[in-house]
Amino acid sequence: MNLTLKIWRQNGSSDRGRMVTYEVQDVSPDMSFLEMLDVLNERLTLEGDDPVAFDHDCREGICGMCGMVINGVAHGEQRATTTCQLHMRHFEDGATVTIEPWRAAPFPVVKDLVVDRSSFDRIIQAGGFISVPAGSAPDAHAVPVPKDDADAAFDAATCIGCGACVAACPNGSASLFTAAKITHLGLLPQGQPERAARAKAMVEQMDAEGFGGCTNTGECTAVCPKGIPLDAIARMNADYLKTASK
Amino acid sequence: MDRAPAAPVRRRPRGFYGSSNGKKAVMAVTGAVLVLFLVAHMLGNLKVFLGADSFNHYAEWLRTVGSPALPNRTLLTLAEIGLTVAVVLHMWSAVSLARRAAKARPVKYAARVKPQAGGYATRTMRYGGVIILLFVIWHLLDLTFGVVNPKGGEAMPYDRVVAGFAPDRWWVTVFYVVALAMVGLHLRHGLWSALQTLGLAHRYKALKTASTVISVVLVAGFVVVPLAVMIGVVK
Repeated sequence: MNLTLKIWRQNGSSDRGRMVTYEVQDVSPDMSFLEMLDVLNERLTLEGDDPVAFDHDCREGICGMCGMVINGVAHGEQRATTTCQLHMRHFEDGATVTIEPWRAAPFPVVKDLVVDRSSFDRIIQAGGFISVPAGSAPDAHAVPVPKDDADAAFDAATCIGCGACVAACPNGSASLFTAAKITHLGLLPQGQPERAARAKAMVEQMDAEGFGGCTNTGECTAVCPKGIPLDAIARMNADYLKTASK
Repeated sequence: MDRAPAAPVRRRPRGFYGSSNGKKAVMAVTGAVLVLFLVAHMLGNLKVFLGADSFNHYAEWLRTVGSPALPNRTLLTLAEIGLTVAVVLHMWSAVSLARRAAKARPVKYAARVKPQAGGYATRTMRYGGVIILLFVIWHLLDLTFGVVNPKGGEAMPYDRVVAGFAPDRWWVTVFYVVALAMVGLHLRHGLWSALQTLGLAHRYKALKTASTVISVVLVAGFVVVPLAVMIGVVK
């Protein structure tokens, strides 16, 4: 396959940035999207150009490093798929593909398609944890957890923190990410003592980072590679309102 | 490669209303108040089909309800104050959240963003709200104060309705129908969205279907009055 790529190039945070067009030839339909960019970068390196910077690590859809907005959709149009697991067979030969970084004020561009997602770390630091006294591990059956809660908590815990929810949200809201963590911990017995304080602290940090508010568009859950459902956000809202009414 | 600057950290939200979640909760509650008003308003309007006396009597009752225990218009004035406060808070919160959203995405995408979640109604909320506001202003000038009504503010309510939607003023009816369609879209998203914001949403499919049905019934109940006058069923 041959493709025309329009890629956001930005040489550092102080650069204004621009879209640059590249032609790539002989792309195999079995390549992943990132492998296709590897081929482009190999050529750019040989030609003495600066290769396109993009984040990636495990390349098997579980680490949350990769992510780019492909043709206006975070991680591309394939549902429940990270960019690294998106394959070129979903594109047509001769197509033009636009590639941009996540766009949000709390995700400043580091270079090209790489953004700084430290704001997510600070939301987690604000309350996305359980304070337990360190000691020997308790027996696995010491704390009973209802099966449904365990499943729902696990579903929420599959969030890889890639930031696609923010990139897709017309308001640039981090509600799905924050809610996934609040749901994961809030459903488990170990998460109960800090449940109210957690929701308040994490929501306030989300606001302080400059993310937008949620308007329940559902764009986040539609692009989420892990399919985190919208009811996580309802749970976050309920926990937050409970704290606020105290 | 130079280091990325620290994310622009905003002031920590102060208090309940300072947070985005607090503003959303205020929008949900004030929206619910306005929906309850719309239901009552729609049912009251339908009295126009029971004849001029029934409709005018109902309008008079709204002014005298509670009397003689309370002076005339006491309850009506309280309702008007409550609704005005609800509208102002709803809009204030909406503008504040829209500004926050604009700041959260200073650089727009170059590619045309393709909505992945459907949700046509969702994308009409902000500009639709402005259209609804303009409509409400016209509507008050038309049928409450009579400023833009051919019969003026002194005529009986039934006569004002019949004159306002007369066939030769078809453009008024068209405006009402378009604005009410906007109200319907606003409610289609707003109804279930309010429950989601208050953390009460479950079973989304049923919830969204219920939102659609309530919106359609409500809008149909409103639209039928100007249409009936325009085609001469009510005269």
